[in-house]
Parts: sequence; C-alpha cells; structure tokens
Amino acid sequence: MNYTILIQEGPYNHTASDSAYNFIQAALEKGHEIRGIFFYNDGVLNSTKLMDPPQDDRHIQKRWTELGEKGIDIVICIAAAKRRGIAEENLAPGMRISGLGQLIEMGITSDRMVTFGS
Amino acid sequence: MSEEEQPTKIMFVMRKPPHGSIYAYEGLEVILISAAYEQDVSVMFMGDGVLALKKGQDTTELGIKGFAKTYGVLEGYDIEKIYVDKLSLEERGLTEDDLVIDVEVLEPAKINEMMNEQHVLMPF
Repeated sequence: MNYTILIQEGPYNHTASDSAYNFIQAALEKGHEIRGIFFYNDGVLNSTKLMDPPQDDRHIQKRWTELGEKGIDIVICIAAAKRRGIAEENLAPGMRISGLGQLIEMGITSDRMVTFGS
Repeated sequence: MSEEEQPTKIMFVMRKPPHGSIYAYEGLEVILISAAYEQDVSVMFMGDGVLALKKGQDTTELGIKGFAKTYGVLEGYDIEKIYVDKLSLEERGLTEDDLVIDVEVLEPAKINEMMNEQHVLMPF
C-alpha cells in the first residue's frame, strides 16, 4: 500500500512526530511505500536544521532528513512555515518547502492518508 | 469514465473551536486550496468545530483577525457539501439559524456512513 503521512504537531512538544516516524518505519519494514510526508500547522517546526536536542535524546529532525535522503518526498507547507520562521535558510536537508496543493495531490495519489495530530 | 478519472472524495473534518488554536483557520486554508483540484470535496463540522460557524463572533478584544466571514466564500469556490453534526449543535445550544452559512445538518449515523465513503479524511 501507498501512504501519505500528514503531521500537524511540532517536535518534542507533542508525540505526533514520534508516532508518525514509528508508523513509517513499520510500514516500510512491511514493504509498503510512503508516497510523501507533509508537515502542516506546528508540524513545520520538525524541519529546522537549528534543532539541537540533548545528546541522549532522539534527534527528530535528523530522522526526517534520513528518510528524505532515502528518497521519500518530504514537504513543508510554505504558508505554515512563513508564520513560524521556517525558510530555506534554516531548512534541514532532505526536505522541500512547497504549497498546500502538494498535500491535496498526495492525498489523491495515495491509497491512504494517515494524519498524526492532536 | 475510467476509475482513475473519478474525482477523489475528500472530507475535511473540523473538530476544533475557532479561537484558542490555529487549527480551524489553517484547516480552512487547506479547504480553499483543495477547491482548485476539482475533486469531490466536503466539509464536516463536529464537536467544538461547529462553533467556528457561529454568527456574531467578535475577535477585536482577542487581538486576532476573525475569519468567520471567510466561510461565506466556500460556495463561490464550488464547495457546497457543508455538513454539521446535529448532536454537536444541540449540545452547544445552537440551531442552523445561529450559523453564518447554509449547511446540511446530519444525524451521527449518516455522518458515519459518509465518512466510510471517503478516500481522504483530513481532520483539523
């Protein structure tokens, strides 16, 4: 099956990013495809390369970058990003900033959309 | 028409109150964008989400730009399937007359049925 993942919450503050990551890992292990990951609302904060958590904690941005570098399309909503101070200058590698239309397109072209939010 | 050419059924499920968080507003932005894709779009207001449609909202003292009027443009975007959960309205002491736009009020069983028919359910 082919999944689109929508993430609506910021890292660490909310478990949505962790749950989404675990879901994606499990889906890939079972041979499913991830059509794309779309970050919206505070979810866009997952994409800042300035993230620097304590060393004994998971590094949420690096997890996304690793998935992006494996070829999964990771899109940060531009409208939500502008509100929250995310721009090309601080965007982590392996992801791209684009419009909300990408979310609709991902939804149309995947078998399932799974939302992680509150 | 082949199966691939059928419009995709996309339902936005608006669950959050209009003020106190940005979900209702950013959700509305997605709804407006979706109109450009000519799919089978519907919007379901339920829970505190129904409060977003309440007439007479004044956000002046909150210092936040109100957006209740924006729901009025949905029709112009050809988004005409706008539904409200009957139970959520009743629980909040509201009727259809209290809302800023025309909606179709549905029983929970009907909502369940419609949600099962969707290809994409996007909650806000």
